Amino acid sequence: MLTWTIYISFLGMALLMCLPKERPQLARRVALLTASLGLVVALIGASAFKPDGGIQTLVDYSWIPTLGIQYNLSVDGISLSMVMLTAIIAFVGVLFSWNIETRTKEFFAYYFALIGGCYGVFLSFDLFLLFVFYEIAIVPKYFLIASWGSTNREYGAMKLAIYSFAGSALVLLGIIAAYVASGANSFSLVELAQHSFSEGQQAWMFPLVFVGFGVLAGMWPFHTWAPTGHVAAPTAASMLLAGVVMKLGAYSCLRVAMTLFPLGLQMWSPYLGALAVTGIVYGALVALTQKDFKFVIGYSSVSHMGFVLLGLLSLSQIGLNGAVLQMFSHGIIAGLLFAVVGRMIYDRTHTRVLNDLQLMQLRKTLPFAAIVFVIAGFASMGMPGFSGFVAEIQILIGAWHGFSAYAILAGIGVVIGVAYTLRVVQKAFYPDKTEISRAELKPMELEPITIQEKVGAVILLACTVVIGLFPGVLLDWIIPAFESPLFDELRKGVGQ
Amino acid sequence: MSNLPFLTFITFFPLLSAVFILLLNSRMSGMNRMAAMGSSFITLLATVVVWLNFDPQSAAMQFVQRWDWIPSIGVEYHVGIDGLGLVMIMLAALLVPFALFISPGGEGKGYYSLILFLQTGLMGTFTALNFIHWFVFWEIALIPAFFLIKNWGGRGADRAAIQFFVYTMVGSIALLLAFLALFLAAGRLESAHPFGFLELADLARSGELSSALSVSLSSFDAFTTERGLMLFIFLLAFLGFAVKLPIWPFHTWLPQTYAEAPTPVTMLLTGAMSKMGAYGLIRILLPIFPKEIQALQTPLLALALASIVFGAAAALMQKDLKRMLAYSSINHLGYVALAVFATVAFTFDESTAVTERTAALNGAALQMFNHGITAAALFGFVALIEKRSGGARGMDDFGGLRKVAPVFCGLMGISIFASLGLPGLNGFVGEFLIFKGVFGLMPWAAVFATPGLLFTAWFLLNMIQKVFNGPLIERWKEFPDLTAKEILVVAPATALMFVIGIWPQSVVGVLNESMKALASGLGN
Repeated sequence: MLTWTIYISFLGMALLMCLPKERPQLARRVALLTASLGLVVALIGASAFKPDGGIQTLVDYSWIPTLGIQYNLSVDGISLSMVMLTAIIAFVGVLFSWNIETRTKEFFAYYFALIGGCYGVFLSFDLFLLFVFYEIAIVPKYFLIASWGSTNREYGAMKLAIYSFAGSALVLLGIIAAYVASGANSFSLVELAQHSFSEGQQAWMFPLVFVGFGVLAGMWPFHTWAPTGHVAAPTAASMLLAGVVMKLGAYSCLRVAMTLFPLGLQMWSPYLGALAVTGIVYGALVALTQKDFKFVIGYSSVSHMGFVLLGLLSLSQIGLNGAVLQMFSHGIIAGLLFAVVGRMIYDRTHTRVLNDLQLMQLRKTLPFAAIVFVIAGFASMGMPGFSGFVAEIQILIGAWHGFSAYAILAGIGVVIGVAYTLRVVQKAFYPDKTEISRAELKPMELEPITIQEKVGAVILLACTVVIGLFPGVLLDWIIPAFESPLFDELRKGVGQ
Repeated sequence: MSNLPFLTFITFFPLLSAVFILLLNSRMSGMNRMAAMGSSFITLLATVVVWLNFDPQSAAMQFVQRWDWIPSIGVEYHVGIDGLGLVMIMLAALLVPFALFISPGGEGKGYYSLILFLQTGLMGTFTALNFIHWFVFWEIALIPAFFLIKNWGGRGADRAAIQFFVYTMVGSIALLLAFLALFLAAGRLESAHPFGFLELADLARSGELSSALSVSLSSFDAFTTERGLMLFIFLLAFLGFAVKLPIWPFHTWLPQTYAEAPTPVTMLLTGAMSKMGAYGLIRILLPIFPKEIQALQTPLLALALASIVFGAAAALMQKDLKRMLAYSSINHLGYVALAVFATVAFTFDESTAVTERTAALNGAALQMFNHGITAAALFGFVALIEKRSGGARGMDDFGGLRKVAPVFCGLMGISIFASLGLPGLNGFVGEFLIFKGVFGLMPWAAVFATPGLLFTAWFLLNMIQKVFNGPLIERWKEFPDLTAKEILVVAPATALMFVIGIWPQSVVGVLNESMKALASGLGN
């Protein structure tokens, strides 16, 4: 059933391309239908999923037998969480793209090509297939940003594409090396995971693949594509980029690099963990100094993805659980923040400069946006009761276990996160009364928040609160997934 | 009765009421206030029922409810109260209606729902027995406090609100990190409830916790010993409570925040929210880290003494009534910290030590309750002054009010004397018990605390002198005395000051068994 998430997205894309150009409303409806079907299929698939720790094969055909390449789509609890995230963000993203007027159908066609690629990566259990979907996802990203973006869009799009391809090149090298070294004539993840690569091989294959995927996860110092790309992208694309595409990188780090090369992980985790924790603190510090609203959110994504990487590298079961939960949580929260900044604010005010926004009294003119942003901001800073908190405490426990000093540095990152979030809440919505005189205020007549935006925002808010209060919903999928034989080798090196 | 979910009710009922108020038709502004008051009375009533059904002969947790919440990381929904918890929820239940009555009205529904939201945070903090469950409320309470200060406060409120929030968060994150590390250690010991306060205290008492901790955080081996590591974790946890209470030198957020917040909100901040920190010291820090407190006893007592003496001395320097009372809060809560840090002295034979410790802890808990009532009343009187003076609250703005407003000055005078610890009023009993206990355990600390008493008397009498006595300033010829309604509002607080002062057993009676159990648990 879940395989249909991929096919529906690509079918939707094909259908959108055939639509007449002059009927944007029809394109929107088709897009909404495609996204809803994807969501429904994902929900049905999830309800049929048995979280018993096994990998449930969906399809498995021989594709290129001479090279041992299989068309193998399977699902475990981790990929299912990511599929759910993709389905939710894809659906909400359409709602927040309702105001795209130029070349509407093309926009949505690229949009669903990207989503189809994401579903594909999350469901592939054959490395070659995973890599194909991974590449499929990069191309539409470029066009979405370059054609429908805003500030510096060509630069942002190009930078993103080049970083992505450079990362993929490293990954490709690593995958081929693993294929050759194993001598198994198979790209199947399960089979490769059973092969024990020698310590010497893992020592260089692991960083190649991990860093290659890590580029897309916003790993410091290869993160610089992320803020520029997020800022340049149109709202729905930023939501997908921060919400789902960055998770492609983190997910693949776990699925490929860590699963195949657990010894390499042990060797490299202190060093890569240092990069992760640097990303947390550095991203937060840079976010604290930004003048552009969207850049704040862009850098905050770098900081929060640092938590995902730290959890993955913490060498502990609880850290891994937290990392996967954080992927989901950050996807939802970042999507929401970009929706407010990009769609609700920027599309109306045409400025993202915080010093201009503070004169507009957005709290009065757009109260809905203000409330949503405040709640999302608290969720993002890791307030208990929201999904970010339950994810981050597990990562911090893992970090204490793995590298105690990193836990403390990450804690400092959380505090800076509080500071930059409060700063933007204050600047954009609740300006300091002493800094601004009444004469300077420029309240604007702004178009009210549409029903699509409200529905989208409420869905995302509900997700972060429900997961925050009942993380068991996802943890019941995630925790058993780590029991599968796929992670046998990984588990040996992991405490608790 | 004690198996009914009373504690859950008093925690979530204010939150439900807050949502209800938000949904009310906003044009009827009087309705918001009425609904909030109604809700706070129902909560108070439920708390009184809890008080009456509480068994003071038992030191065990009562009204317990316990369910799994996030089983994979040992998080439970676990509420229960002993004497200390009971006194704290009563304080929170009393102060919210008091603050609502003092609020001038017309603030809009956001204000009233945020106050009720704050009450949920308070009630949750005082009843939770699992760290994560507790931390949810500890943190959540910051959100309404932040917006109440920022949106309804004075001119500098924006900055004060941010300062308040960020300072508290620094402490909270340190505290969180400490407990996540303890979770790892308790998990290694296969504790079924590695976040449970009571379970952690048991593990700490047996000494297993610190050895498990050093194994869990093995990457620190190179830098420190087992004891050093546990001290480090203790300091992280201590920071969280020290900022909240606050203990000198972590108090710098407080004067600004208390002065800029709208006065009814300051009543709740000082009356109830500061008790979250004090409560944490007794319920969490003391049972889990007694050995660490003992190892650092001298510096910790010095910090408490600094809070007492510097707080009072700084209050003496203030011209603004709210700032003066803000510093006096640092002084009064310093006694609580003093009592808690003194209890871990092991100089006597065990039975004498337990007696003195019980006295100090009873005094600390009583002082928390008393300070809550008295400080809230004093800020309440300042709010009434502000209402009459159009916002003026400088000490030098007033003079001779006694002549035009005798009832006002009389009732406020009672609160002032309660605050400086006059025998017969509530403040005396708490401070007396603290001094008695601390003197028995750590005589030098009690001696060094006495200048605080002197300064307190000095600045409070100074205030009486300047504001109530002296020549009447022309401007205040028409200063209205308390109205009958206002007298009704402040009368219960004043009555409580007398009741506790004359019959301290009413509160000490419910505290004693719990505090004695805590005190005996501290033995070697």
